[in-house]
Amino acid sequence: MSGNVRRVVSVIVYNESSTLSRITDLFSARGYNIVSLTVAPIPESKYSRLTIVTSGSSRVIEQIIKQLHKLIPVLKVYEHEDLVEKEMTLIKFPITENISDIDTLCQAYNGKIVNAGPDMVIAMVADEPKRIDHFLEAIKRFHPKEIVRSGAVALER
Amino acid sequence: MQISGAQMVIEAMIAEEVTVVFGYPGGAIMNVYDEIYKQDSFKHILTRHEQAAVHAAEGYAQRTGKVGVAMITSGPGFTNGVTGLADAYMDSIPIIVISGQVPMSLIGTDAFQEIDAVGISRSCTKHNYLVTDAADLPRVLKEAFHIARTGRPGPVHIDIPKDVTAQLAEFDYSAPVVLETYKPTTKGNTRQIKKAVEAIAAAKRPLFYLGGGIISAEAAYDVREFAKSCGIPAVETFRARGTMGADNPLLISMLGMHGSYAANMAMSETDLVIALGARFDDRVTGKLSEFAKGADIIHVDIDPASISKLVNADYPIVGDIKKVLEVMMPLAKEKVDPEKYTPWLETIENFEKLHPLSYREDTDNIKPQWVIERVGELLGDDANITTDVGQHQMWTAQFYPFSRPRQWNSSGGLGTMGYGFPAALGVKAADPERVSINITGDGSILMNIQELMTAVEQKLPVINIILNNNYLGMVRQWQTLFYDKRHSETDLSVQPDFVMLSQSFGGAGYRVKTKEEFDAALKDAIEKNVVTIIDVAVERMENVMPMVPSGGSLFNMMLEYKEK
Repeated sequence: MSGNVRRVVSVIVYNESSTLSRITDLFSARGYNIVSLTVAPIPESKYSRLTIVTSGSSRVIEQIIKQLHKLIPVLKVYEHEDLVEKEMTLIKFPITENISDIDTLCQAYNGKIVNAGPDMVIAMVADEPKRIDHFLEAIKRFHPKEIVRSGAVALER
Repeated sequence: MQISGAQMVIEAMIAEEVTVVFGYPGGAIMNVYDEIYKQDSFKHILTRHEQAAVHAAEGYAQRTGKVGVAMITSGPGFTNGVTGLADAYMDSIPIIVISGQVPMSLIGTDAFQEIDAVGISRSCTKHNYLVTDAADLPRVLKEAFHIARTGRPGPVHIDIPKDVTAQLAEFDYSAPVVLETYKPTTKGNTRQIKKAVEAIAAAKRPLFYLGGGIISAEAAYDVREFAKSCGIPAVETFRARGTMGADNPLLISMLGMHGSYAANMAMSETDLVIALGARFDDRVTGKLSEFAKGADIIHVDIDPASISKLVNADYPIVGDIKKVLEVMMPLAKEKVDPEKYTPWLETIENFEKLHPLSYREDTDNIKPQWVIERVGELLGDDANITTDVGQHQMWTAQFYPFSRPRQWNSSGGLGTMGYGFPAALGVKAADPERVSINITGDGSILMNIQELMTAVEQKLPVINIILNNNYLGMVRQWQTLFYDKRHSETDLSVQPDFVMLSQSFGGAGYRVKTKEEFDAALKDAIEKNVVTIIDVAVERMENVMPMVPSGGSLFNMMLEYKEK
């Protein structure tokens, strides 16, 4: 049996109030871990798509998938193996930092400076979650004031 | 024509051919109760506590296989019913609980008797609804019945705000249920079934592991035929008692923590487990890594999440047991030679001879096991049996000669003390011809004792037999065995006079100290035909044996308790 591995699970659910809490309740009730969770309606349908990043052994993941499937408003659940995964993050820097260095770094991670104010600039990058980790490590020296991560979204290739 | 939400609830009951509803009125559900008053299509049984209403609905559902219905009010009415929902969820019992809710305009304001009911019931129901528009009610009610009884059955909770029960809308119950996201698999995969049959034919020591799912699927008689035609022995789980019938030569006994030595040894020695509608509960398996260690596992279950959850299945088959057996049985009959298993059956017989389920009559006091055997001798098939939770429950599962499915009804998964009496009322309402016996303990009976009033008022003559040892016996047993006899808060020496208690409600009561008195009391109670308590003074320190200590291996049983 494999150890605790990071997994990405997509869940297609019927759009109605309480569906999200059914899913998060299931995770907490059964002691499963949620690393990140994103949810948004699927265009032109009555369904929404959740992307859940979780971790666990293959047996735990199998149970998570089966238990999610048991929920009445859940249409489809699948674990991604061959996937394209992206995450967005917004970072606020003081205007006094080296803006051109920040911008160069952002570009290397599919990003740019998206907003500027009298005291700060806001940069955006969108990349694989692991690369976002690296990016956040690299920008520490620019004294970021706030960081917001979106959580991962994924599509099977 | 437009009708009110409350009227819709009544119309749905009629359309679903509900004949009995259990419940308790209150502020938020008064519109519905007003419509109940006006109708005569179904009977409403007023319990004296909401928990009892839900347990009675469970008892009714367990006895009939139909969906049981309970109606309760908001706030405390609902929270009192939650134990029943949780109980039904754990034991996969199809019930519908309709609760009132404060009006929509007051939701979220901490109104009088407001509680987030669907928030609470979410984790202990198969599904739940908060209905915010009466126009949704016909669909919701119809879906609820469909969801409760199909797939792996379970409880569905519908919460209806008071203004929604007053709101007018069109009622059309004819539209079929369309649930794109809910389509239980009922037909088993033919290829897997064929592979499973090959495995059965190749096995030397196959064993049926029969679970409660067989009862839900109404497949007990198919299983009997299957076992007989293949000559394969069977063990039953607690909830599956009655599947094979006590006099069936292929039935070993119950397995698990308080299963028989032979059943647990058979499970430890088998080379092929044929699990039907069972879920490898921890009280059954004991230590997982040692459970049926040398065996391959065929697992047939309607719930895919039950398969390979705890024990990996080599032959997983998702489907309705009855439908799977329709395919599996003819194939097995062709391929399996029953003669082949004779040595295996002999081995099991030796296990049975070595340590049969037994007890010793070594004191002047009545032994609790004797009471159960005696009820079995006197009533047998003529009685429906419920129990509460504790020692008496295990002794009943061990010693009552269950002869048919749905004869037996007890809180297995949740282990709810106080379940037995209200459930017995539901059973009696469903099956008035048979004697309804609730075997209980001096601890459990007090947890829903108020139902004496319901039983008297509704003329539901349940016979409660208290195996009274003046202890919270099962906890006392664990304290004796595992806590160095520190009997913390389990001595129930201070007790009511159960005879007078029953009489004060208008029922009958007997205090029994000898076997002769017991026979006479039971006979008298059946003749009197009123709700009864037979308070039997039994041996105080009797333990439920044999026993697999929690987390131990099935083959490593404590066979009897010896004073150190």
